[in-house]
Amino acid sequence: MVTPLGGNVDVTWKKILEGKSGANKVADFKVDDLACQIACQIPRGASSDGHFNPDDWMDVKEQRKVDDFIVYAMAAADQAMADSGYKAETYDQQVRSGVLIGSGIGGLQGIEQGAHLLAEKGPRRISPFFIPGRLINLAGGYVSIRHGLKGPNHAVVTACSTGAHAIGDASRLIAFGDADVMVAGGAESPVCRLALAGFAACRALSTGYNDEPERGSRPYDKGRDGFVMGEGAGVVVLEEYEHAVKRGARIYAEVIGYGLSGDAYHITAPSSDGDGAYRCMEAALNRAGISPADIDYVNAHGTSTPLGDEIELGAVTRLAGEHASKLTMSSTKSSIGHLLGAAGAVEAIFSVLAIRDSVAPPTINLDDPSVETEIDLVPHKPKSLDINVALSNSFGFGGTNASLVFRKVAA
Amino acid sequence: MSDIADRVKKIVVEHLGVDGEKVVEGASFIDDLGADSLDTVELVMAFEEEFGVEIPDTAAETILTVGDAVKFLEANK
Repeated sequence: MVTPLGGNVDVTWKKILEGKSGANKVADFKVDDLACQIACQIPRGASSDGHFNPDDWMDVKEQRKVDDFIVYAMAAADQAMADSGYKAETYDQQVRSGVLIGSGIGGLQGIEQGAHLLAEKGPRRISPFFIPGRLINLAGGYVSIRHGLKGPNHAVVTACSTGAHAIGDASRLIAFGDADVMVAGGAESPVCRLALAGFAACRALSTGYNDEPERGSRPYDKGRDGFVMGEGAGVVVLEEYEHAVKRGARIYAEVIGYGLSGDAYHITAPSSDGDGAYRCMEAALNRAGISPADIDYVNAHGTSTPLGDEIELGAVTRLAGEHASKLTMSSTKSSIGHLLGAAGAVEAIFSVLAIRDSVAPPTINLDDPSVETEIDLVPHKPKSLDINVALSNSFGFGGTNASLVFRKVAA
Repeated sequence: MSDIADRVKKIVVEHLGVDGEKVVEGASFIDDLGADSLDTVELVMAFEEEFGVEIPDTAAETILTVGDAVKFLEANK
């Protein structure tokens, strides 16, 4: 995992529980003419300080050929593989091991730069690495080459639901017998002028906190005015259960449910009645064979947009019914911003860590909720909670929804 | 080494991330310096930019070693 809070899982999770924010005023390019001038950017520096050093994960010569989302994916995949202790060494293992890493937009920074180069210097200056370094599925392509993954090689592009769909689809590939092991997740490196201008034009970004960036991402709060863009990658190693048990793997949790739905409503706005979100969660619970009362914790999509947060809250309330007063739900986007195509993967990892550590991470900046709710939104500070089942939601532009359900594995 | 050879060597070291000692006249970009076919396209582009020349594809296909590049650039400067 690479996030705006650090270069690995441990430092990110520690800072999430400390209620830290990864937001800052963007300093690496001109922002004074942009409506939104803040973002959650990865802290670069020495790995020993918990920062992200791209040179640790990819040769400098290779880095020049690709957009950052591929470097982030390589780092996250290396970390996940090392943590899993799994290596696809024999040919038989390699063909049973696959990759499914998506991105919402892919190499937007490189496309922006390439367009300038084309206009200024002409087509003969466009590098042969321009295309392969920007394509979304090349994150998985690079990862497969490094780790010898010769099984299914797939990628998801469903905007802000990408990471969740990637993990859900990968778990199905395993369940269907197409692979024993899948390296799955999402990566995104959207922080550039083109994306800040484009998302601001959609009226999706926070614009009122340019001078206090750490307060910009504030899901459910009255003062919220849009999401804060983030960058990073989350990758997990999914494994067929018996396969994992047999090799004595450390199993963090089990993927027991996955649901998908479409709003068929609007290109950027969620359906106002929350129908798509509701059906998505319902489908995931049906697949898991559990009832809403079995859910202990929800890692919300909760992006801090005026519309979306309340619609999701309404859908969860409707789903939970009488259980709502016992439900705990938080948005870790309050700390790391919205990682777009990486969000669902990073948040799946947070959900699993919440199960492991019996703690619900906080929704920071939630000073004054915009609506009354029985659900505990975990303002400011983490909450000790025995979590057996966690649900993670992701909803994207185009009305694309994904929900994942994770369960603790009996020791 | 000529000025052109020095400049070629510098580009090759930068683009292929190889040790300068390996960049000798007879070194093949692909066989000796670890380049793939896309790397060689990029190298030719870098030569074009550095020396302000246009290297047509037919000529580029004959530039397989460091020496080939130096020879072409000396003849076409």
